[in-house]
Amino acid sequence: MKIQEYQAKQIFQKYEIPIPRGQVALNASFVRQIAEDLGDKVVVKAQVLVGGRGKAGGIRLADDPDEAEDIATEMMGMEINGFPIHKVLVEEAVDIKKELYLSIGTDRMNATPVIIASEYGGIDIEDAAEEAPEKIARIPIDPMVGLCDFQIRGLAVSIDLPRKHWKKFAQIANALWQIYQNDDASLVEINPLVISEQNGLMALDGKMTIDDNALFRHPELADLRDLDMENPSEVEAQKYGITYVHMTGNIGCLVNGAGLAMATMDILKLKGGEPANFLDIGGGAGAEKVSSALRILFSDPQVKAVLINIFGGITRCDEIAHGITAAIAEQKKLKVPLVIRLVGTNAEEGTKILEKQKLPIAHSLVEAAEKAISLSGVKKK
Amino acid sequence: MSILVDKNTRLLVQGITGKEGLFHSELMRTYGTNIVAGVTPGKGGEWVLDEKIPVFDTVQTAVQTTEADASVIFVPAKFAFDSIYEAIDAHIPLIICITEGIPAMDMLKIKSLLKTSESILIGPNTPGVLTPGECKAGIIPGNISIPGSTGMISRSGTLTYEVLYAMKAKKLGVSTCVGIGGDAITGTSFIEMLSMFEQDPDTEEIVLIGEIGGNEEELAADYIMTEMTKPVIAYIAGITAPKGKRMGHAGAIIEGRAGSALQKIELFRKAGVKVAEYPEDIPALL
Repeated sequence: MKIQEYQAKQIFQKYEIPIPRGQVALNASFVRQIAEDLGDKVVVKAQVLVGGRGKAGGIRLADDPDEAEDIATEMMGMEINGFPIHKVLVEEAVDIKKELYLSIGTDRMNATPVIIASEYGGIDIEDAAEEAPEKIARIPIDPMVGLCDFQIRGLAVSIDLPRKHWKKFAQIANALWQIYQNDDASLVEINPLVISEQNGLMALDGKMTIDDNALFRHPELADLRDLDMENPSEVEAQKYGITYVHMTGNIGCLVNGAGLAMATMDILKLKGGEPANFLDIGGGAGAEKVSSALRILFSDPQVKAVLINIFGGITRCDEIAHGITAAIAEQKKLKVPLVIRLVGTNAEEGTKILEKQKLPIAHSLVEAAEKAISLSGVKKK
Repeated sequence: MSILVDKNTRLLVQGITGKEGLFHSELMRTYGTNIVAGVTPGKGGEWVLDEKIPVFDTVQTAVQTTEADASVIFVPAKFAFDSIYEAIDAHIPLIICITEGIPAMDMLKIKSLLKTSESILIGPNTPGVLTPGECKAGIIPGNISIPGSTGMISRSGTLTYEVLYAMKAKKLGVSTCVGIGGDAITGTSFIEMLSMFEQDPDTEEIVLIGEIGGNEEELAADYIMTEMTKPVIAYIAGITAPKGKRMGHAGAIIEGRAGSALQKIELFRKAGVKVAEYPEDIPALL
């Protein structure tokens, strides 16, 4: 789960990482008020969870409260990469002497936390890594030991940080490690970490991703989730323990297991179709879950055919068949054709239930994909 | 012959009295797996599975009493760190963690602990290990695979079943099938499994089922090119997956510039690996 910049900065503040003075606003008139209170030039920053915000006009400087209000009015009607702007962060403008980069994230390849620093801040760190890998310092952290002082000093030296900033730098690095650990962050990033004219080191931007698997032990963080930034069907699906990702095609997919769900989408594409979604009902799903999943697919106007592919292990195919039957019964008239493939535990019982409904049954995955494509009315490429 | 588990494996089940644990222990025993003990804190002294399997309070006492040499873990994600650590602490050589949804931070700590341990951890978020005809340690359905000479390694559950089933339909069997798990941080990598299969005299070729996310497959492709003499056949799921979205598995996400299916497929092809277009296509490549 990604959180917004202003939310990350609230967490930074709690851990005493210096941030610019500022406040978040939901409307332009409040933006003016914040700008008046701050009293000087301000920066208006769109709060959206997508990259490339600056280039898209989502970060702008205002000389006075009038201009801040105008900018905010304009921004509130904008979209960045399809995400509408509902909130802006208004902050005092900072005189920047230098922009640095500092983050702690999870290095998946080496399975350790890693602290990364660079003297080139303010740009995409992946771009920087390609252009000048020698300018990026990476130090793995042993999670059983924690971040050590010598490691922080090593970073400070490798990014040529003037000695007078070392103490503050160490304090910020330690704070990031505390946040990473305490809040189960998979990434906590300050980009840029600036050396400002007046106040020394300061976090000008903040980015934070929290491990979804750890949200059970952080109810206060789970509340930070911004549902405006998510697809409503995806949110609905989660309520039922279904993993759903909306896509652009027209064949709805309902599968048990993440790998098999991806493979089912891929085979549709291979045979000339386009999947409308990824949908994994998980292991051991009951009839009710299947009905809920089908309801989500039926409510998507893009969907012209539905492909159900179930490999029963813990999941019982007769349960699946009951779920399908129930979801169909709710519909006055079946708007989209279904193709169903059931294999594994209780497949025979399941198939019998479906045959009574005269639903098309497929025996192999390839056959199922081809049938679904032809029923969706889309011609093969 | 096989890798990891066989008919001599003495299996312990952590979380044996839970709903999942008990259900799958019954299936494992029916398959012929030699389950010697279970552990559930607070239920030590009880007996389960027709009163034939003793339950202990701690892994330590279970191992001392029954000489268990492998453990399957079915405890909820909240308690999984503790259970895995307990198994490592008791020096169990093989630990298989079925549990899904363990926080990454907990797994990073486990990885650190494993550095100074002899234990091998398979998973988490794995369907387990199956050596057909000898031992089922986990939740892979026993009836979809027959003994044979193909080693199988995978990051996913039902997708693996699909391939086992398609192989069985063509009378093709498996030496051992290992799920390394669908999480971003797992105990064991493809490479370690490839190396075990390379050394196993009864495995003649290997099927590797990968997916988007991480760089496990990339590293495996490199390893196959330089170290493997046995042929490898691969399938990679997620060609249609969009960037930045977690496709069910915690590990299945294309982040930044890493982890796309096409990149993985290209590297496998360069390493001389035959790549199947879809799961049911695999038997034809064996």
